[in-house]
Amino acid sequence: MPPQPQPPQPPTAGSKVVLTLTVNGEAAEVAFEPHKTLLEVLREDLALTGTKHGCELGECGACAVLVDGKPVLSCLMLALECGGASVTTVEGLARGAQLDPLQDAFADLGAAQCGYCTPGILVTARALLDQHPAPTRPQIEEALAGNLCRCTGYLSIYQAVEQAARKAR
Amino acid sequence: MLPSRAMTGKAVGRSVPRREADAKLRGQARYVGDVTMPGMLHGATVRSQVARGRLRAIHFGPEVRWDEYVVVTAADIIAAGGVNTVALIVDHDQPALVGIGDIIAHREEPVVLLAHPDPHALEPARRAIRLEVEPLPAVLTLDDALAARTVVYGEDNVIKSYGIDKGDVDAAFAAAEVVSEGVYETGAQEQLYIENNGMIGALEGDVVTVWGSMQCPYYVQKGLMKCFGVGPERARVVQLETGGGFGGKEEYPSILGIHVALLARKAGRPVRILYDRGEDMAATTKRHPSRTRVRSAARRDGTLTALDIDFVLDGGAYATLSQVVLSRGTIHAAGPYSVANVRVRGRAMATSTPPHGAFRGFGAPQSIFALERHLDEVAHKLGLTPEALRRKNFVTKGGELATGQLVRDDIDLGALLGSALALADWERKRTDIAAERARSGAPLRRRGLGLATFLHGTGFTGSGEKYLASVVGVEGMADGRVRVLASSTEIGQGTQTVFAQIAADALGVDMADVEVATPDTRDVPNSGPTVASRTCTIVGKLVETAAHTLRARLVAAGLLPADGGGDLRAAVQRHLATLGPLRALAQYEAPPYVKWDEGAFRGDAYGAYSWGVYVAEVEVDMLTYEARVLDFVAAQEVGRVIHPVLATGQIEGGVAQGIGWALYENVVWRDGVMSNNRMTDYIMPTSEDIPPIRVLFAEAPYPYGPFGAKGIGELPMDGPAPAILNAIEDALGVSIRRIPATPEVIMDAVEGAGASNGDGAGAGAGVAGAGVAGAA
Repeated sequence: MPPQPQPPQPPTAGSKVVLTLTVNGEAAEVAFEPHKTLLEVLREDLALTGTKHGCELGECGACAVLVDGKPVLSCLMLALECGGASVTTVEGLARGAQLDPLQDAFADLGAAQCGYCTPGILVTARALLDQHPAPTRPQIEEALAGNLCRCTGYLSIYQAVEQAARKAR
Repeated sequence: MLPSRAMTGKAVGRSVPRREADAKLRGQARYVGDVTMPGMLHGATVRSQVARGRLRAIHFGPEVRWDEYVVVTAADIIAAGGVNTVALIVDHDQPALVGIGDIIAHREEPVVLLAHPDPHALEPARRAIRLEVEPLPAVLTLDDALAARTVVYGEDNVIKSYGIDKGDVDAAFAAAEVVSEGVYETGAQEQLYIENNGMIGALEGDVVTVWGSMQCPYYVQKGLMKCFGVGPERARVVQLETGGGFGGKEEYPSILGIHVALLARKAGRPVRILYDRGEDMAATTKRHPSRTRVRSAARRDGTLTALDIDFVLDGGAYATLSQVVLSRGTIHAAGPYSVANVRVRGRAMATSTPPHGAFRGFGAPQSIFALERHLDEVAHKLGLTPEALRRKNFVTKGGELATGQLVRDDIDLGALLGSALALADWERKRTDIAAERARSGAPLRRRGLGLATFLHGTGFTGSGEKYLASVVGVEGMADGRVRVLASSTEIGQGTQTVFAQIAADALGVDMADVEVATPDTRDVPNSGPTVASRTCTIVGKLVETAAHTLRARLVAAGLLPADGGGDLRAAVQRHLATLGPLRALAQYEAPPYVKWDEGAFRGDAYGAYSWGVYVAEVEVDMLTYEARVLDFVAAQEVGRVIHPVLATGQIEGGVAQGIGWALYENVVWRDGVMSNNRMTDYIMPTSEDIPPIRVLFAEAPYPYGPFGAKGIGELPMDGPAPAILNAIEDALGVSIRRIPATPEVIMDAVEGAGASNGDGAGAGAGVAGAGVAGAA
């Protein structure tokens, strides 16, 4: 017979570190266990669950966020490395009711189906457009090559990035 | 069931804004990993770790403080008066947990469930559990299953067999002018939804409740009811936002739902299990591997006189959905052709791998791959172009398919083929490729063109829809809007948008007046599973009918004018105030002509079919033997297109999955389990692997679909693999009969000159010479 259950205990509170960083344009001070990845801190300590777990091995891109404007895989980055950095997640793209032009284009063109890869793709595409306001198709393909999408076949995503780029000009 | 009126509304046929989009694009959609509950524990699964054996004991290592954990085994199910089973089609198939003394049938069988407040505490505990197992011989290949020297299922490892017999096949072969034969194989394919499987279980009073990522809430409810020994009022299932399914969340959520509910019952608090990628890939279902022997008889002019097809699926360790996958694959094996004499034998075999299951296409892509590859070989043998051979044999409206079904669809496959070839610029490219070949003797890259023509049955096979007897409701709400009640899930395809379009136009109101309920078995009737390309056409038709009924009731009550128009919101509110609740239900009825004989496997296997002609242009690198798709055309007839952007998205996404299945996605088996269970080692297409895909819809409205719509979701999985492999044969002059056509497979085929691929008498057809038919 297996052991009988006892009332569960809360997780042992390890020693936490406190870090100051900018998240979606606002200063944040966050206390977390030092072994945590940026993905875990965003989701568990800052309640920003828009950024997704997909593989936790840096293979799928679902966890992509921008750190100082550059796309990183937040499942592979320790949050400790982000002191003083500016982090942008999918929650930081819209301005209130006003969607980012990329989000508008994704909505128009069906570039989000199940939506699970979408946050990582949106921020990665945002970084591309910030750097290349008029990207070529090969530049878009290359920029998004680390973000797996199983629903769309990617074509509607390219079209949405191109439409957002056109509208911004 | 009444035919749809040929009316045009404001929503159907237009790419209206998608309802599901806003929350997903803002990162506010709540998937199971984003939901926590007060006091929630985290769960994990201890698995069998041997391909086959008998479980003798479970040892809990002394290094772990077990009193901190909730531990569930099969004994807990029995002690609570439940049944240790995952009820699906077969009630007693696989156990929910393998118990002491029970057989372990594959390496990923769940044995012990653990829960703890700290997710990081689960892995050390999992490793501290040792299973004592008496090993038993396993069946690790399809050959071993067929040889049946070791029997792991029934008397001969056969899970299920079906047969189709039309005409006199033996006489046709005896009189044949040209006989061809080949054996074609397809590998397993992982669905690879980006969100892994995950569920939360809790007890709400005496109601077992499960929330999670799923396609089929009522399947999960059925599993809970059987395992917990409770009625439907005490088992509630709620879908959360679901990050892709493709069939991979058709049946597995029943197992996982039972597991979280068992842990929650014992813990007395909510428990969540989220699989990680490695566990999801190794333990959950995949597309059935297949082996198909096709023998054909033809006249020299290309007329097919007989097909004799032996179709075998690897079902894995339990029956699960294999019989239904087999029936669809068997029926689709003879393709969209009018052949007088057809014999198909289909068998699903048991092996000692985790059960294979639903994946977009559901058996049809496997048998269609075999036939469409075979037909190109026949065309080369006869000196015909692939398109000419197909034109010679296309079924036409009024013609007869293999099961004896007469085609009622208004389909002209010759015209669809013509449109596809024109869009693909087929003739010009063929001329260019021929000129290229004439110019250079040994080019570094070789181009080729290929096509495939196919059909896909709409909805459940045979009597399936009658047994399901799906129900949809439309009800009036206090604010005067109406709400659609259905258990069909949004898993990326736009279910809520499409249902709202259909209901709005049927009622003659704006889409803003229509809400679509979240699938929750407490609130919505059972409109069946979200599978089989049935949501838009079968369930959507019920939405349309229920909406018409609701409107008719308001008209009968004198609250709306009979000739259309009127203020629906005011009418609904007045009804609620004066006459009481307003709810209309519609239940599935087959189209009146449908007759199906399950025993003889004859008749109308589906109410309608969708039809496709896909064309691929492929390039093979002769140094690395990598094949790459350069261009793709997908032309199809799917009835009325309800939402062009969503429909196009289904086609493009399906083609991308087909490209993966054809070229890249290789499940490597070791000791009965997937050994390359991560995304770096199992390669799905990335943004750099997808060619331009040009999508063409021909629309012939289907009278028994909503506003004329037929099924669409699975169709695009059927065509890409044979079209691509046909293009590779065109490029190389070597027929490859196995997918995925990885560089290793292509190298074997080229350097072994066809000797190492396929087996049996057809191997000679593998070498067609450098000047392939049509290009010389």
